[in-house]
Amino acid sequence: MANFSLPANSRVQPGTTHKAPAGAKNVRSFNIYRWSADDGQNPRTDTYEIDLDACGPMVLDALIKIKNEVDPTLTFRRSCREGICGSCAMNIDGTNTLACLKPIEEVAGDVKINPLPHMPVVKDLVPDLSQAYAQLRSIEPWLKSDTPAPPDGERLQSKEERAKLDGMWECILCFCCSTACPSYWWNGDRFLGPAVLLAAYRWIADSRDEATGARLDALQDPFKLYRCHTIMNCTQTCPKGLNPAKAIGEIKALMVEREG
Amino acid sequence: MADTKGPEIAIRRSMLGRARGLGAAKSGTAHWWAMKATSLALIPLTLWMLGSMIGLQGATRAQVAAWAGGPITATLLLATIAALFHHMYLGVQTVIEDYIHDERPRIAWLMVAKGVAWLLGLASAISVLKLAFTG
Repeated sequence: MANFSLPANSRVQPGTTHKAPAGAKNVRSFNIYRWSADDGQNPRTDTYEIDLDACGPMVLDALIKIKNEVDPTLTFRRSCREGICGSCAMNIDGTNTLACLKPIEEVAGDVKINPLPHMPVVKDLVPDLSQAYAQLRSIEPWLKSDTPAPPDGERLQSKEERAKLDGMWECILCFCCSTACPSYWWNGDRFLGPAVLLAAYRWIADSRDEATGARLDALQDPFKLYRCHTIMNCTQTCPKGLNPAKAIGEIKALMVEREG
Repeated sequence: MADTKGPEIAIRRSMLGRARGLGAAKSGTAHWWAMKATSLALIPLTLWMLGSMIGLQGATRAQVAAWAGGPITATLLLATIAALFHHMYLGVQTVIEDYIHDERPRIAWLMVAKGVAWLLGLASAISVLKLAFTG
């Protein structure tokens, strides 16, 4: 059965509070999930009071400030700090998004930060995404063509053919969508999830790809594809404004189309 | 002496092997399409059914039998029953597949759901036929 409550050793307990420096006027609390595999403790929520007058505008700026100035043990992923690498995907104020693209100003009250939901936690805000990466690999996200490339140039697309890829090539594989999807929470071992299905449709829709039928064959499954119940959390949460639910709908439509 | 081996790891299969799993079942499209088709069919059928029920308020058994016995009415009633119980089973099947992960209980519950849907559907259909043919 699906789990509707956390196991005893996963229940989040209150943690410590790190006070703002004296004299800080514009203080916000950041309530951050902490867990380490090494100490045998339950996860806890630590509170960091931050002076926003001495901090950059984004949630990632606050996390970096905490790590640099308050608590170097706080662990999270980040790289590009401009929404293109997908590393700092986490659950902020109840919604999966990229910490680098989320203005602190947009959050009312305390800023609650948790790792991406329903993935194994490596430490603090770092989830283990190896299942999602393996699922991406399983849909073979590369161009497959039996026709050799022209010897004197690229494989050409018309402007219309190229336009079909807009809204899909922009995906940065942060997995905010897949980890926002209840179907992926309950059946993530068999359901591919919105991020991977969007990637699958990106190749199905590519006019240069000649493996469309085989790609549809590999998805035609009650779990891999059809666990999607158009809940739409994926589209609502995508920090890049993409629409994985629409891509999944297009795959389902092609499945019907080829039946006759 | 401390246990230097660490916890036993139960799964050594690669993540890719697990992601590919048993491969695609090559089914699911018919299920999805039947869900959409029965949903669409049930919109007019349910409205017609509800309207008829309201119209039949206070009618005697003979009047109901005469209404149900007409070839068009009996056909529509049977179509409603088929669409309704098929749709019901497809929905319950989805819920069971979503939430029951262990193979044996899942198959057992799917069989129970299918059996209940068939029995309720057959009982409803036989009631219509009895009304239509014997009054």
